[in-house]
Amino acid sequence: MTIGDVKEILEAEVLEGGDRMDEHVETACGSDLMSDVLAFVKDKTVLITGLINPHVVRTSEMLDITCIVFARGKKPNPEILEEAAESGITVLATKMTTYTACGELYIHGLPGTKKRTGAEGA
Amino acid sequence: MAILMEKKFPVEAGAYETAGEASTTIKRTLKQLGVSAEVLRHVSVACYEVELNLVIHSEGGTLTLQVEPDKVTLISEDVGPGIPDIEKAMTEGYSTANAEARTLGFGAGMGLPNMKRNATAFDIQSEVGRGTTITMSFALSS
Repeated sequence: MTIGDVKEILEAEVLEGGDRMDEHVETACGSDLMSDVLAFVKDKTVLITGLINPHVVRTSEMLDITCIVFARGKKPNPEILEEAAESGITVLATKMTTYTACGELYIHGLPGTKKRTGAEGA
Repeated sequence: MAILMEKKFPVEAGAYETAGEASTTIKRTLKQLGVSAEVLRHVSVACYEVELNLVIHSEGGTLTLQVEPDKVTLISEDVGPGIPDIEKAMTEGYSTANAEARTLGFGAGMGLPNMKRNATAFDIQSEVGRGTTITMSFALSS
C-alpha cells in the first residue's frame, strides 16, 4: 500500500510530505503511548495516533516510521510539522477516530506490527 | 580498542520540550558514519529511552556516545536521586513517572526493559543519594 492509498482510505489531509505519496508502507500501528510504540519494530510503518506533541515525531524518527496520521481531526502546530519535515516523515490528518482509522487500513490489507524491538525480536 | 569518537550531551532534568534532541543528533551522527539500519534502530530506541529517563527521573545528567571500530557505547550518568530497587525498576509495566511524562505518552514502565532488549550488553549501577549509571554497548559486526 502507498501513502497515497492511506490518504484516500482515511479521507485524510496531507500536512507534510505531499511529494512522497508513492512511498510504500507495509505495516501500521495505533497508539497514544509512545513507550509502547518504542517497544515494537517499525519498518515502513504508519503510526496512527491521537497524541499531538513533538515526541510523536521524535519517537517516529528513532524508529524510521514512514508516516504519522493524526486522528480525530487533530492538527499539529507548525513547529511539529517542521520537525517532521526535517526528519523526512509524512504527516496526514484524518477526521476518523484512531479505532476507525486502524480498522479501515486493516480491512484494506495493511497488517499490524508484531516484532519486538531488540536483538532477540519475538 | 581505540575510541574513534566520543561526544558528550548534557541532559537537563524536566526539560520535556527538548527531550530527544541528543538522541536525534546521535542517530544522525551514526547514520553518517555508515552504521547499518538494524544496529542504528537498536541504538536509537535505547538512546531515546535513556535520554527520556534522564529528563523524567533524574536531577540532570550526561549522555556519552563512544564509537569504536567494533561497537557503539552509550553511557548515561546522572547526579541523582538513584533507584532504590533496580529489580523492580527493570520490570515491564512498573513506572514511577509523573503526570507530565504520562501526558506526553511516556511512563508506561517499558523504558529500562526495552533498553536491555536493544543493547548487546547492558549494565545498570545505582545508589540512592548518589545517582545512576547505565552503560549499553551495541556490536557493529553482526
